[in-house]
Amino acid sequence: MTDMRYLAPQTLDEAVGAYAAAAGAARILAGGTDLLVQMRSGMVKPGLIVDIKKIAEMTAVEQTADGGFRVGAAVSGAALAEHPTFGQVWPGVLEGFNLIGSTQVQGRASMGGNLCNGSPAADSVPALVAAGAVVTVQGPDGRRELKVEDVPAGPGKTNLKPGEILVSFTLPPRPKGSGDAYLRMIPRTEMDIAVVGVGVSLTLENGVCTAARVGLGAVAPTVLLVEDAAKALIGSKLDDAALDAAAAACSAACRPIDDKRGTIAYRTKVAGVLLKRTAAIAAERAKGN
Amino acid sequence: MAKIHVTTTINGDPTEFLCDPADSMLDALRGPLGLTGAKEGCGTGDCGACSITVDGRLVCSCLMLAAEAEGHEIATIEGMAEGEKLHPLQQKFLELAALQCGICTPGVLVAAKSLLERNPDPSETEVRYWLAGNLCRCTGYDKIVRAVMETAAEMREAAR
Ligand SMILES: Cc1cc2nc3c(=O)[nH]c(=O)nc-3n(C[C@H](O)[C@H](O)[C@H](O)COP(=O)(O)OP(=O)(O)OC[C@H]3O[C@@H](n4cnc5c(N)ncnc54)[C@H](O)[C@@H]3O)c2cc1C
Ligand code: FES
Ligand code: FES
Repeated sequence: MTDMRYLAPQTLDEAVGAYAAAAGAARILAGGTDLLVQMRSGMVKPGLIVDIKKIAEMTAVEQTADGGFRVGAAVSGAALAEHPTFGQVWPGVLEGFNLIGSTQVQGRASMGGNLCNGSPAADSVPALVAAGAVVTVQGPDGRRELKVEDVPAGPGKTNLKPGEILVSFTLPPRPKGSGDAYLRMIPRTEMDIAVVGVGVSLTLENGVCTAARVGLGAVAPTVLLVEDAAKALIGSKLDDAALDAAAAACSAACRPIDDKRGTIAYRTKVAGVLLKRTAAIAAERAKGN
Repeated sequence: MAKIHVTTTINGDPTEFLCDPADSMLDALRGPLGLTGAKEGCGTGDCGACSITVDGRLVCSCLMLAAEAEGHEIATIEGMAEGEKLHPLQQKFLELAALQCGICTPGVLVAAKSLLERNPDPSETEVRYWLAGNLCRCTGYDKIVRAVMETAAEMREAAR
């Protein structure tokens, strides 16, 4: 860490320029709650830190023209929780994000950092996948969009190209009768890493599920979009048979590791159980909307 | 290596300091700034002994670069008492013996003050969750939680 430089550019173009020019020796700094821990342990030794928090777009939360939201990549969990309407429209996304760490960590941690750090257990990601969120990235070749589920490439790896910076998350508008939720299973009640995390977003019309998406975390090298679980829910009244089928689809999608937090058998079973619990909360919220 | 010159506000006072790019805010506080109230328990965001606020937001100073302080308002435990007059939380912690070795105490106080500024009437559960990132190896937490609850009640009473 001896020869590190620190830059805090005001514009995205400057940030992309400096980041790309450093060709792999640079790291983006959002909240630093992963990066500074990794630097301290010697796991990463960046030659350049590009702090993105002075770029207005990175810390802005705005409602889009169609009624969706755009959330800057570096917005902290504490800041998003204070937004007047975000948590009413996307309570599951907010609860996933707000589960990250302590109050102190919430003061800094961002969804951009959570996604780009590439942890399979990243708590904000399953609900973002379920929400159908899209990220905007900007690099030396300009801007492009990616689905959230297409960003992680494996533990600690993303599909961002060299020099690309994640700019914002776009969440779609909500049809009437929609709700979302996120639940994780952890061995403690706070400050722990998910053994399984499930995000569900669904829409109900007269009690029938007309749209659903399911995101599953901590049970595979990346957070997964479980299309078979969604298919099992869509068209049903979320009756036991549909929920059993969706739970089985989640368990079938698991390719977990065996560790001190949970065995393969445990994680696989819990994935199904959590799907049912999460879907029930999302459905309850959908009825209220 | 070139030092970075940082202009910031600490506990209300305009302050300038020099730091290395890799220094944490905690390094700067405890080093050049001579503010040793914030402690380093872990250096990895787990213990909360290094808690400060930045523009009113509670953070771990060990997980912030010193250079990031540029243009922001920092508040540390040193700014909590007004001269000799302790903050009600500090006073209550003494009265109820909500500390033993005291290493967690600056962080706990900064965090508790930040809670009461947002929520003057927290439930016990809210206090426990808010302080979940402040580890204490001595007290068993009960006295800390009680001190925060009692201070909140007294501050509400005083504000009426
Ligand atoms: C005590 C503690 C508890 C924690 N608990 C949890 C938990 O319960 N659940 C959980 O999921 N995580 C947890 N974490 C991990 C961490 O807080 C989260 O992953 C957080 O969301 C990271 O966000 P950040 O803004 O701090 O990222 P940073 O540390 O700033 O960045 C993380 C990585 O992403 C890169 N990056 C950041 N932003 C961008 C961008 N816009 N474009 C491209 N690359 C970018 C960085 O270069 C870095 O490699 C915890 C961490 C600590 C210290
Ligand atoms: S020293 Fe910062 S959280 Fe422990
Ligand atoms: S009083 Fe010793 S750690 Fe809290």
